[in-house]
Amino acid sequence: MSEQGTILKPESTGTVHDEPGGGDLHAHAVPLWMLVAVFAALIVLTVVTVAVTYVDLGALNIWVALAIAALKGVLVAEIFMHLRWDRPFNRILLIGSLLAVVLFIGISLLDTSTYLPEMIPGHAPAIEQP
Amino acid sequence: MSTATGNAHEGRHELAHYFDSTRQQFESHKLAMWLFLCTEILMFGGLFCAYAIYRANHPEIFLYAHTLLDKNLGAINTIVLLFSSFTMAWAVRAAMLGQRRLLVGLLVVTLLCGFGFMGIKGIEYSHKWKHGFLWGEQFDYTEAVAYASGKGHGDDHAAETGHEGAHADDEAAIHTEVPAATAGDEDAAAVMAELDQAAAVTMDHGHDAERIPRNLHIFFGIYFVMTGLHGIHVLAGMGMLTWLIVRASRGDFGVRNYTAVDLGGLYWHIVDLIWIFLFPLLYLIH
Repeated sequence: MSEQGTILKPESTGTVHDEPGGGDLHAHAVPLWMLVAVFAALIVLTVVTVAVTYVDLGALNIWVALAIAALKGVLVAEIFMHLRWDRPFNRILLIGSLLAVVLFIGISLLDTSTYLPEMIPGHAPAIEQP
Repeated sequence: MSTATGNAHEGRHELAHYFDSTRQQFESHKLAMWLFLCTEILMFGGLFCAYAIYRANHPEIFLYAHTLLDKNLGAINTIVLLFSSFTMAWAVRAAMLGQRRLLVGLLVVTLLCGFGFMGIKGIEYSHKWKHGFLWGEQFDYTEAVAYASGKGHGDDHAAETGHEGAHADDEAAIHTEVPAATAGDEDAAAVMAELDQAAAVTMDHGHDAERIPRNLHIFFGIYFVMTGLHGIHVLAGMGMLTWLIVRASRGDFGVRNYTAVDLGGLYWHIVDLIWIFLFPLLYLIH
């Protein structure tokens, strides 16, 4: 944190380090209108996800809710979190971790669904029938 | 995350000797932050897995228990958090453009949203605490029945009515102190015998029969762990925002030195991102 902890390159002498070929830090500020638009879209999607619970879509309801949440997530990650303008590796990391979660939950649910037909309503799956 | 930026003067971004350029330095810091965020996603992934398995096994618990949550407070909190994400993203923009006063103002607004979120969360938690909608054996079935009977259908704001209902329907409530806590280690035959009555606690209430599933405490265990861990993250984010506000008002940040604001923003957004999934999964079960 302190100045002593930072060793400067001789040629940089504490000033901004400019290099040919884009070595310098170029700020990419997201345009304000885009931030406002994303915020508005997030609010609209929140209203939609609340509204859709009053419509009976059967088993589809949870998937609609998850799809809307995922869409909101993409907006936040791509615009607010700047992924759209970053190097792609950050996005690969994010998708990789999400894939790991999907695999984890998906394979666990495969196992759970095996036991579902034998389950006693209201009881934990571990209780065996006599 | 910003250790290598040093105590920069006038918003200049100093370069650590082990980096070739400020750009490389910035992108390395950002990569490290993303790696950390991925571990956060994996940690919450375990909780989402618990949620998925219990919901697959016992949809009736989730369907019933979510009506004991306040959908409106959850929606308001979602909007508060989305707004704070917006001001945070704007703050990063302000930092990049060197708009110091705007940056401080936006960070303060973001922090206030954090206080607002935790305040509303506190109202929700104290309501659950009062009614005994808690985890494990702490869950109060009598109160849940009374609450449900006072609440009726389609009325989300009846906490007080629920309390009056408790007195009016004492008799009914006593009948329903069925098996909740003891379900664990009875033998299978006894379990089968009591299945008919126990699968759902049945209560006659006027013209209506309210059915309350067993093991509601499972939902509230999941609810409190997931929202609790998320709340801890919000608190950590608020601490980070305070630190950013102090540094920003000191003039540490500028067009060449905004890494800390940018990475702090990423953290705040991932907290928002997790809430985006928690809200429909916990409050909006159909």
